[in-house]
Amino acid sequence: MSSNRIDSAFAKLKQAKKRAFIPYLAAGVPGSDETVEIVLELERLGADIVELGYPFSDPMADGVVNQTAANRALELGVDADAYFAMVEKIRKRSQIPLIVFSYLNPIFKLGLDAFARRAKAAGMDGMLLVDMPVEESLDLQAVCKRENLSLIFLVAPTTTAERLGKVLEGGSGFLYYISRTGITGEQNSFQKDFAGKVAAIKNASSLPVVVGFGISTPDHVRTVCGLVDGVVVGSALVRRTLEKKPFAEMLKDITALAAPLIAPTKEAWN
Amino acid sequence: MNPGQFPDKWGRFGQFGGKYAPEVLMPALEELETAYLALKEDPAFLSELDRHLKDFVGRPSPLYFAERLTQKCAGAKIYLKREDLNHTGAHKINNSLGQVLVARHMGKRRIIAETGAGQHGVATAAAAAKFDMECVIYMGRVDMERQAPNVQRMHLLGATVVPVESGSRTLKDAINEAIRDWVTNIGETHYVFGSALGPHPYPRIVRDFQKIIGEETERQMLEKESRLPDCLIACVGGGSNAMGMFYNFLDKPSVKMIGVEAGGHGVLTGMHAARFSGGTLGVLHGAKSYVLQTPQGQIAETHSISAGLDYANVGPEHAMYRDLGRIRYTSATDAEALDAFGKLSRWEGIIPALESAHAVAEALRLAPTLPKDALLVVNLSGRGDKDMATVLAAMEEVKRTSARMSEGAGKAGESVPEMPRV
Repeated sequence: MSSNRIDSAFAKLKQAKKRAFIPYLAAGVPGSDETVEIVLELERLGADIVELGYPFSDPMADGVVNQTAANRALELGVDADAYFAMVEKIRKRSQIPLIVFSYLNPIFKLGLDAFARRAKAAGMDGMLLVDMPVEESLDLQAVCKRENLSLIFLVAPTTTAERLGKVLEGGSGFLYYISRTGITGEQNSFQKDFAGKVAAIKNASSLPVVVGFGISTPDHVRTVCGLVDGVVVGSALVRRTLEKKPFAEMLKDITALAAPLIAPTKEAWN
Repeated sequence: MNPGQFPDKWGRFGQFGGKYAPEVLMPALEELETAYLALKEDPAFLSELDRHLKDFVGRPSPLYFAERLTQKCAGAKIYLKREDLNHTGAHKINNSLGQVLVARHMGKRRIIAETGAGQHGVATAAAAAKFDMECVIYMGRVDMERQAPNVQRMHLLGATVVPVESGSRTLKDAINEAIRDWVTNIGETHYVFGSALGPHPYPRIVRDFQKIIGEETERQMLEKESRLPDCLIACVGGGSNAMGMFYNFLDKPSVKMIGVEAGGHGVLTGMHAARFSGGTLGVLHGAKSYVLQTPQGQIAETHSISAGLDYANVGPEHAMYRDLGRIRYTSATDAEALDAFGKLSRWEGIIPALESAHAVAEALRLAPTLPKDALLVVNLSGRGDKDMATVLAAMEEVKRTSARMSEGAGKAGESVPEMPRV
């Protein structure tokens, strides 16, 4: 596959000895224009790639914060048109890599092929579907390859070496390692075998590796940056987008949360 | 065709089924498949299962000639496969017992399950209690209200019942929560999926543990009538009781099969759970099948008076046989199910589960059109004790409606469904 914005982002970070900061947002929450502004603000603060959640009514791998956000997005009428309109608005003002983060059904229903084409046309760079394991993804692999979209897979603490091999074969862009078994949401500490497992994945991986699920403090970020190529922060950010307050205040809260989490990723790492 | 060739090694029934699960679960699904495939050939395991099915569940369940129902319908001879007489009151125990035994052999100590009507929850709680395993049942708040006696039974059996407050607070949401538990506690936990649904290998495992229903039916019918039945009828939620009844007969072309989905307020109202009438190809909870969903692929809210049929996805094996034309699917409305509920109670002294009443409703429609020597079997998948509150409330509603109608028409509502007298 030829290189896209995601590949370039990781190549640049590697050269600069920095790590990727990847925020996850529920697209359209608290509103479409607000999502665009939040993405641009996060980029200004140093975010490298953004995962834009495309809502699904039954997000079975998500904790309560992301479930609430998906429901809010659906109530606000976030459908494919609204979603890609947001992407286009971002793309007019920014070249930050953007990833579709969703579940299979809403994408499947609109057609894998049609959805991927629209995603590419709107200016997106990759896709991650939580309930689409690599074995079921042959069609999607072909479509993503044709559209030069990265197809990103999750890797879990339960993933065996054999499965990791399959994921590396079918995936592109980067590997997203789930820091623990469980649903999305903030947590206080890593599972005790975390460092060893992450190091083993990193060692085996030909793709950049990022860690997500429950990252919410600068210490978490620093730990992860010592091991792999980047972090994903989701629920902690999404929670702030669900609060009922004026958007200017919300944006300040997001900045206050994100800046200290981004800082460690921009230190000198090897 | 050979029904035993499905699912293939990818868990596919034709284009349906598969294994659409979050990565965290994939190794556990592989582990389950490996363990199950070994155990199902293990004579020690099979004799253990047989013994418990006989002494704990009470198998074989009778094949009962419903004489008065037959007379009233004045058509085919109607038999009832009495899964309602199983321990815990439904076919669900066949699968729960089997899966709990598998989990035990896998060294799991903790059992979780979803439940809609509560029958699967009660069955799983009972099997977990028998084998001294921790048991957590996820149940939608709405279903807990409409199936309150089953919640109390689960508590008595030592299970923790977790109310699910998300979404429509019914079966779909209970499955979401059970999956969330499983991805969190994957190492020690086995998820006893309750229907012929979910990611591979569940549809196959559940079918295998339920196919005893059809195998017994064949044997019993040969004893009673010296020939195979002509037509089988079963209700279809996820589809485990129906597949359990049908599977053994799929390769016997003379046997017709009818699956009955929940028609709710009528399939034209949109308030139903008839996936084969309103559903389109989709993926929910791990399996590709016919899903009730919006044009944008969001899962639709379903409606049925019976909690056990109130679900947006249908078992992938059913989807395949529907497309092949081997099994015919129809639906019964809430009103038809209530009518059948009342009639079976009064005519046969058997109070069916509201789910099973949908199958009885189809028998009431079909039997009068068949010759007197035709043999019809209805899978009476469960008993109706759990449904008293729902039925009484519905009767009140019908009375109010008919009072309004008779005021308007100046005439008593003769078309009101026949209800049990209270």
